[in-house]
Amino acid sequence: MSHVLSLRCKECSREYPVEALNVCDFCFGPLEVVYDLQAIAKSTSREKIASGPNSLWRYADFLPAEYNPAIDINAGFTPLIRSRGLAERLGLDELWIKNDSVNPSYSFKDRVVAVAAAKALELGFDTIACASTGNLACAVAAVAARSGMKSYVFIPSNLEAGKILGAAIYNPTMVAIDGSYDDVNRLCSEIADSYPWAFVNINVRPFYADGSKTLGYEVAEQLGWRAPDHAVAPSASGAMFTKIYQGLKEFEATGLISHVHTKMHSAQARGCSPIASAYEEGRFVIRPVKPSSLATSLAIGNPADGYYALKVIEASGGSAVIAEENEIADGVKLLAETEGIFTEGAGGVAITGLKHLVETGKIKRDESVVVYITGNGLKTTELVADVVNPVLIEPNVEAFEAAMAARAAK
Amino acid sequence: MPIEKVRLTFLDRLIKEPVIYRVGRDFKVETNIRRADIQEGIGWVILELEGEQKSIDDALEWVRSVGVRVDPAVGDVVEG
Ligand SMILES: Cc1ncc(COP(=O)(O)O)c(C=O)c1O
Ligand SMILES: [Zn+2]
Repeated sequence: MSHVLSLRCKECSREYPVEALNVCDFCFGPLEVVYDLQAIAKSTSREKIASGPNSLWRYADFLPAEYNPAIDINAGFTPLIRSRGLAERLGLDELWIKNDSVNPSYSFKDRVVAVAAAKALELGFDTIACASTGNLACAVAAVAARSGMKSYVFIPSNLEAGKILGAAIYNPTMVAIDGSYDDVNRLCSEIADSYPWAFVNINVRPFYADGSKTLGYEVAEQLGWRAPDHAVAPSASGAMFTKIYQGLKEFEATGLISHVHTKMHSAQARGCSPIASAYEEGRFVIRPVKPSSLATSLAIGNPADGYYALKVIEASGGSAVIAEENEIADGVKLLAETEGIFTEGAGGVAITGLKHLVETGKIKRDESVVVYITGNGLKTTELVADVVNPVLIEPNVEAFEAAMAARAAK
Repeated sequence: MPIEKVRLTFLDRLIKEPVIYRVGRDFKVETNIRRADIQEGIGWVILELEGEQKSIDDALEWVRSVGVRVDPAVGDVVEG
């Protein structure tokens, strides 16, 4: 059962009813969902969670919508893998990889959208929508298909054809917008204002964002009911990053795990690093940027939760780290070669960030680390197209042996 | 009258113009500060502007021209 008390402005603390609202009328601050943690503590237990569904709905006590098996698309409860090859390469004793690239539509966005859609249905919406450059569009279209909602996805018209397919296959109404990134942003906020739809990251954003808390819960449960020493996650708006920490803290507050000491590290790409740049310059003011990065899923220039991400870094004793543009593909390849996991640019940023954190001594060999891999590489194959380099031979054994000998000699 | 909500980011200590005052005086746009965090000239203001659309656009164009960054108040809505 859901234990939601109200929505509350993160800035001025004004309370709002549990409706499709995301900004405070008074100060334009973002709204967040307030839970009755005492009631949750009474209702939840390790056993109850462990016997729940194999999806993020095992944490329904902590979520703003009721568990509805009919629309559960099985988002979440993805593998947490103890790293061997990568850990050894980086010089870490206890590295864990949260492989969220194997969600139903192949990114962690299935978590946030699953929760947004469930709440949207409860609130009486029959249509769900988003503006996206990839993963979010896939998640909205897939979850809408599963839950029987209509869906509208808005995309910039210059998106690579390959990326669009992952969303189009679920048959949403797809609208391609011809314009600059800023134009697309402005148009979509206007559309969201004037249509009676649940726009996942606009009017139902408080509920949507809380889907990412499950990335914190799951890791704690999968580690045997404890929090790691460090967590490394890629950031765009910064929402997921802040919600992972909130998830860990809520498990602590409800007695499911003991003291959370996790240092939270946010990774961004050089071509779009408003959060990490503010961190490096020691300020809490985000300087919005024009994104230009190979990690297209992290390209948010004006991050809605950037300030809160900086606050989480400060509160947890963590940091922010930047992957250079020419390191992103290397990060993707490193994870694939050492662990057999094919991630996209965001994962390349996370792996590169992790590498830098170890190199600079922010993460020590004997500390436990979880790195979040949030998206799948098959959606953005352009990034690493240069790996395709097969040995081409005539169809006979001599040709094969000659080629292998030539290869060994190299 | 159209209303627009923006975030002005001031990162340059050298901005000497009384920006918000001049938006009201020179462009006939009514302004309302909803939230702000400015220390020693650096920081941001969440501002509501009300006026003719053309006046709002001209005012924001001018604000940008003096070195202040203008963005939607609630962050980007296009996500990855
Ligand atoms: C694969 C992937 N990882 C990470 C993120 C960042 O999430 P957030 O915007 O919550 O920081 C996104 C999308 O924005 C994404 O698509
Ligand atoms: Zn408020």
